[in-house]
Amino acid sequence: MSYNIKNSQPGNSPAGISSGDKWREWCDRHAGSFFIAPAVTLILIFAIFPTIYSMVFALSRVRFTGDGLQFRYVGFRNFEKQFFGSSEMHFLGRTEPVSILGMIIFAVIVVAVFWWLYRSWKTASWVRMLGRSISAAMAIFLGWILCASLLSGNSIGTLYTTLFYVLFGCAVQFAIGTGLAFLCSQPIRGKNFFRVLFFIPLMVTPLGVGFAMRMIADVTKGPFEPILGLLGLQDWVWSASPWSARFVMVICDSWQWIPFIFICMLAALENVPRDHVEAAQVDGASSFQIFREVTWPQVVPVAVTVLLIRAIEAFKIMDLPNIMTGGGPGSSTESMTLHSVYIWRANDLGSSAAIAYLLLILTVVVCASFFNYVVLGQIRKART
Amino acid sequence: MQFRRSLLSLAVGAVALVGTAPLSVAGEFDGVTVNILTRPGYVIAGRLVERGVEFQKATGAKIVVTEVPYAEIFPKIQSDWSTGTNSIDVGVFAAGWGVELDAAGLLEDLDPYIAKDDKIDLDDVAPYFREFGQKVGGKTKLLMVDGDFQMVYYRKDVLEAAGQQPPKTWEDYIDVASKIHGTDMNGDGEGDFGSCIFKKRNAQSYFAIQTFAAPIIQTKGTAQGFHFNNGTMKPIINNEGWKKAFELYKETGKYGPPDELNLDIGDTRALFKAGRCGLLVEWGDPGPLQLDDDAAAIKGKLYAISGLGSRTVLNRSTGKLVPAFKSNAPHSVDGINYAPFAAFGGWAGAINKKADQKTKDAAYAFLSYMNQSAQSSVDVTIGATGYNPYRLSQLSSPDLFVAAGMPQELAENYIGAINGALNSLNMASDMKIPGAQKYTSVVLDTQLARYLAGEITVDEALENIEEGWEEITEDFGRDEQIAAQALALGS
Repeated sequence: MSYNIKNSQPGNSPAGISSGDKWREWCDRHAGSFFIAPAVTLILIFAIFPTIYSMVFALSRVRFTGDGLQFRYVGFRNFEKQFFGSSEMHFLGRTEPVSILGMIIFAVIVVAVFWWLYRSWKTASWVRMLGRSISAAMAIFLGWILCASLLSGNSIGTLYTTLFYVLFGCAVQFAIGTGLAFLCSQPIRGKNFFRVLFFIPLMVTPLGVGFAMRMIADVTKGPFEPILGLLGLQDWVWSASPWSARFVMVICDSWQWIPFIFICMLAALENVPRDHVEAAQVDGASSFQIFREVTWPQVVPVAVTVLLIRAIEAFKIMDLPNIMTGGGPGSSTESMTLHSVYIWRANDLGSSAAIAYLLLILTVVVCASFFNYVVLGQIRKART
Repeated sequence: MQFRRSLLSLAVGAVALVGTAPLSVAGEFDGVTVNILTRPGYVIAGRLVERGVEFQKATGAKIVVTEVPYAEIFPKIQSDWSTGTNSIDVGVFAAGWGVELDAAGLLEDLDPYIAKDDKIDLDDVAPYFREFGQKVGGKTKLLMVDGDFQMVYYRKDVLEAAGQQPPKTWEDYIDVASKIHGTDMNGDGEGDFGSCIFKKRNAQSYFAIQTFAAPIIQTKGTAQGFHFNNGTMKPIINNEGWKKAFELYKETGKYGPPDELNLDIGDTRALFKAGRCGLLVEWGDPGPLQLDDDAAAIKGKLYAISGLGSRTVLNRSTGKLVPAFKSNAPHSVDGINYAPFAAFGGWAGAINKKADQKTKDAAYAFLSYMNQSAQSSVDVTIGATGYNPYRLSQLSSPDLFVAAGMPQELAENYIGAINGALNSLNMASDMKIPGAQKYTSVVLDTQLARYLAGEITVDEALENIEEGWEEITEDFGRDEQIAAQALALGS
């Protein structure tokens, strides 16, 4: 019995080996890829297929027939409708007339964006420039809609309602969540009790939060009715005014999501080395100075990452406005997700998919920009 | 030994039980389950469940009622039946929605079942509901369980105390509402509301606006319609008539509950039952609802008007408003054009064409059971069921409602109002063409809500609706829609 012992190592074949050896060597080298290929293929199919299939919907007029779904290709009509057709005001808000203030601020935004692009031109690679150009285009578009609608005294559409929930809501939640986490990281009595207490809302289903908040926020029968009466606000109804309704949505959403920020930031704060803080104390630094110079730089990578995750989640808000106001008054509390759901509910699957795609583009560009220009920047800064 | 004795006694007991227990008679539909989908809550669904229990005892068929939010009924049924899921055997929904489902070939033709049914007595169903509610393209595809008209109700005691006459026009409605708004209508010492209308978005507010618009737009009979030019399917919406309706509708809010924009029909019903509304726009339900135990504050006090009219009507060629005369509004009375709106058209049941035959037989038998006079004449007298009269025998005399506890005068007023609407030659029919739900509950409802919230002007709302309706018409095909409209209005 003889054994064919192969002593060659995987990698470049030495001269003179047979083609069979080469093949076996190649297989050895790529064995890892072969083993994971089926799993990766399956995952790609599951991840990509729905995305592509929903694009088919977005480019079609879909009708229900006795034989199933009937697709009629309509090009970008479902998208066009959101910007120029019957849904323009619903999606973008009213963009006419544009005020002088709106025009001035838009001009400032355009100049700032182009200045930023000009500065990047000198240092960035073409790939980065491409990314920055996309971010710049999105910034100019969003800037124009903001200036033409809100800053010109016009109503906003579901696009800016969503951005309001994301930008304002996340800012409020981050500030309060970080503040609570900071308090609970201090040596105070009963902090474990407060940790559990502050964490509970995150465990409640959004549907439950919606119904609970709807009852709590009821100004005629809710628990705050006597207080409003004492303040002379018995006739004030938050659900009748667009902005008060939006603020109530943010308050209710914050109630649920502050715990998420709280728990992540608490973990980050508790991981700040104690000796750094003590060293600063020995040096006579005030509490504020310790937080600003020692604690904050160490938690900032976690903070921006948490903010990014929360922002991605906030773009998808739907349950609260659906349950509390049905998107009203008018469409003032309607997010883009809810907009898509309402249209889907009317079996206009094409328009619904188109709005879902617009939300995807908005989320990807805003969050990728935030990640590239803020998160990575802060992480690099923290490392240096 | 002990074990054997126990076993023996068990065996003897079992034999005795089998021998003495009454054998269950196999029902006609034993083992058949009929899955029904409809709206949530006791209204409509509750009575289906209760009658389903009776039906099961009689026939063996199990009736399972699934409830979904109002806005999801139609898309759920459409997608379930169209995609071949077929988890629903019967849909109970607005009669007008049947047209779109039938156009997709999803509805079972009920005429062969009716031919063999000697209990249903469809001649007793009022002609409008029989011909326009139950039939699609000349064939019976649905069976009514409810008949609907949107009417105006007023608190007789409140108006009398304020020295006001019941309104005849929408301007009168606003005038009366302004006079009684803030007065205590239920004796609790608090000011109450002149008008209550459910104006919440994604609910049923879009019906009420059509009730306001119909007498301004439709002047020449039911076949004229008030949504489209029937010959071209161009929307008749961006004009002074609808603009006036929108403005009047918004103005009622000055005399309504402060959170009216967030009130659904259940909320306004709670308000008027608590005696907090002087005037309201509603379906036929408040008539019997005031007999409920929790409506003591309004029992016998809530009177109905079949529909309010308008002194000015739309000149369709100019898009302007002109006074109503016999020449331009042949059905007008004393210079007021009336067009009572058959909002929603009533709840009706339709059977999934792809259900298996035994299930379809059981489903038809159950819908027929619900529709038959023996059951429906009881159900329509109970306000909480949500069922309103639709049979001629239910509307021929007030006796049915007097027997249910309604004072004679009130019962006469109630059926008089429904008959007034039903027999009006200028009755306004709800939209019954493919896409009806999208035209109204999506496009009209959204723009109306945005106008009410002050997000857009009335002109913008009407322009948006016009554009949105045109898009839907183009999607479904203009010629197909013209044909469907002609069928729906009998024009």
